[in-house]
Amino acid sequence: MAAIDPLWWVVGLIGLGTFAWRGAFLVFGRGLRMPDLVRRGLNYVPPAVFAALVLPGLMQWQADGTLDMPRLIAGAVAGAVAWWTRGTIPTLIAGMVMLWSLRALMPV
Amino acid sequence: MSPRRQALAAGLKAVAPMVAAITPFGVTAGVAGLDAGLGPALTMGMSMIVFAGASQLASIQLIDAGAAVPLVVLTALIINLRMLMYSAHLAPHFHHLPLGWRSLMAYVLTDQAYALTISRVMTEDSNRFNHWFFLGVGIPLWVVWQLSTAFGYWAGTAMPPDWELGFIVPLIFLALLMMSINSRAGVIAAVVAGSLSVLGRGLPAGLGLTLAALAGIAAGVIAEGRRGGD
Repeated sequence: MAAIDPLWWVVGLIGLGTFAWRGAFLVFGRGLRMPDLVRRGLNYVPPAVFAALVLPGLMQWQADGTLDMPRLIAGAVAGAVAWWTRGTIPTLIAGMVMLWSLRALMPV
Repeated sequence: MSPRRQALAAGLKAVAPMVAAITPFGVTAGVAGLDAGLGPALTMGMSMIVFAGASQLASIQLIDAGAAVPLVVLTALIINLRMLMYSAHLAPHFHHLPLGWRSLMAYVLTDQAYALTISRVMTEDSNRFNHWFFLGVGIPLWVVWQLSTAFGYWAGTAMPPDWELGFIVPLIFLALLMMSINSRAGVIAAVVAGSLSVLGRGLPAGLGLTLAALAGIAAGVIAEGRRGGD
């Protein structure tokens, strides 16, 4: 019998566990009654989770201990554009153009 | 156009910019698999079985660093814990569907699919075809994720790192974040979660993200209670 790469176990376990999270309420806990407090809390899942995902990506420290300013400024500009336009494409364009311009203007 | 097709088309339209935006992210996952010596089957297998970008990148890095299996699995599952919250938020809107549908939806559930669908059901909850909207969002994301991972594995090293295309990932979440804020309490939830996430970035196994998100949710609920909801 050919040996199976043990890393398939890693992939399989992560896949199973992730499906368990994704299906916890959609598939397995159908009709589960949630306490009122939890239901109210769910309304804040999008702002809280997305903010927790995005901020560390915008604030990155470089090897010399200083904050990567072009990244932060480009993020702030893109954030303002996202707020006003509520669109993904303008946000991506504003953020990338700003980052590339600042990198060109502020060479390391 | 039938209402079913209409919902599907609305999903496809909403997801189009997201699909373009996840491409560099998927390419990165493919390049990471190549660099870590995972081989094509494991790299593609991970994209198909796990289908969650941040956890894929983190686990490939840990595998490459020689971390023990339980640590790799635990880290990935903590990073993906947010899917549990998405599942809880979406479930009441779809519990009338048969098991097959709900399983398919769970499998293709991602940050983007959740964000677009939850804002749709907030305005069109009475629409009986919202699951077709979800599918219109989820399927293109899945297909492009597989294609871009494959492209990354076989051709991605040709992409110049100077372009900093990795910056697109926080930009996607920035757009999703701004679209999701619709109240003062939402702003407070975002500020608390965002700042704690930066402070907690040093915590092991992606714990910072989960704890920061939970604190932000609590802050939102408290803020809402104080003002009687707005």
